[in-house]
Amino acid sequence: MAEEGQQHPLSVYFWIWGLLFVVSFFSYMVDYLQFQGALRWTLILIFMFVKAGFIVAIFMHMKWERLALKLAIMGPPVALLVLIWLMSYEGLYIEETRVEYYGESTMEPQTPAHH
Amino acid sequence: MSEAILSSGAEAPGTKGVADDFSRDKQVFGMPWGKAMMWIFLLSDTFIFSCFLVSYMSVRISSTDPWPIPSEVFALTLFGTSIPLVLIAIMTFILITSSGTMAMAVNMGYRKDRNKTFWLMVATAILGASFVGMQAFEWTKLISEGVRPWGNPFGAAQFGSSFFMITGFHGMHVSAGVIYLLVVAFRVKNGFYEKRGGNYEIVEITGLYWHFVDLVWVFIFAFFYLW
Repeated sequence: MAEEGQQHPLSVYFWIWGLLFVVSFFSYMVDYLQFQGALRWTLILIFMFVKAGFIVAIFMHMKWERLALKLAIMGPPVALLVLIWLMSYEGLYIEETRVEYYGESTMEPQTPAHH
Repeated sequence: MSEAILSSGAEAPGTKGVADDFSRDKQVFGMPWGKAMMWIFLLSDTFIFSCFLVSYMSVRISSTDPWPIPSEVFALTLFGTSIPLVLIAIMTFILITSSGTMAMAVNMGYRKDRNKTFWLMVATAILGASFVGMQAFEWTKLISEGVRPWGNPFGAAQFGSSFFMITGFHGMHVSAGVIYLLVVAFRVKNGFYEKRGGNYEIVEITGLYWHFVDLVWVFIFAFFYLW
């Protein structure tokens, strides 16, 4: 091989390691500060993709791999978007039919008891 | 394996390179077969975890009963105050730390520093084992509060089945990873790979698996615990 495997300076890893801690802290804060609704979901997704991107690109060395491998590995999961779309559509339909035939839920959940 | 088959440096970059890699009379991915196979295994594992997460999404959408609030269900009382999701946050940080030590181990492996590689891999395995331990504690706590795969006192019945399937399958991956790490770490230490040409690619392959386990946790943390 032209270069000996995946040899990179240690500082790259320390940087990404630190950033992963910071971003994880932010995503925990989303819950701790009780953000709700669209803001909560957007922040969760942003922090999730940032973390996933750092792990795959730097720790798993995908950034330095050839395009053939990038496409072969990261291309197929895109098909999952179709599955997600289909299943969310289906889920909403099932919920509607449940409400229509069985009525609204009357369940009164307990609040969690902590010991 | 000859240099010519594995060579990857000389080919064109970009999409021209993709066409070259797939059409030339050579191995497609310019890397040891073990690493290419690990990537393909991880791709298949991606689909397994995606199936779990998508099914969790569809039961959560379709359930008419209120979904239990993870922030409250997974809260712990420490020093007299209830802190939301605290154990899960600690588990997340432990897994990230272990990913960092693993990345260092891979780097030391390429430098052929067997002693540092060994200790960094052992540290990664210990962090992984403590993660599994905390998960066992989490399961015990939830089971004692009455969470079952078929129902729970906090809301929709599907919460339990999703929780046990998703975290159980992930925990199984972590446990398998700990064993894998220890096997490779001890082989690095006792010179097993020296007899095979002193090639430490295996550390990177193990690392790919371990980082993937951390990657899956990122998605579980976002969708199951935070959403």
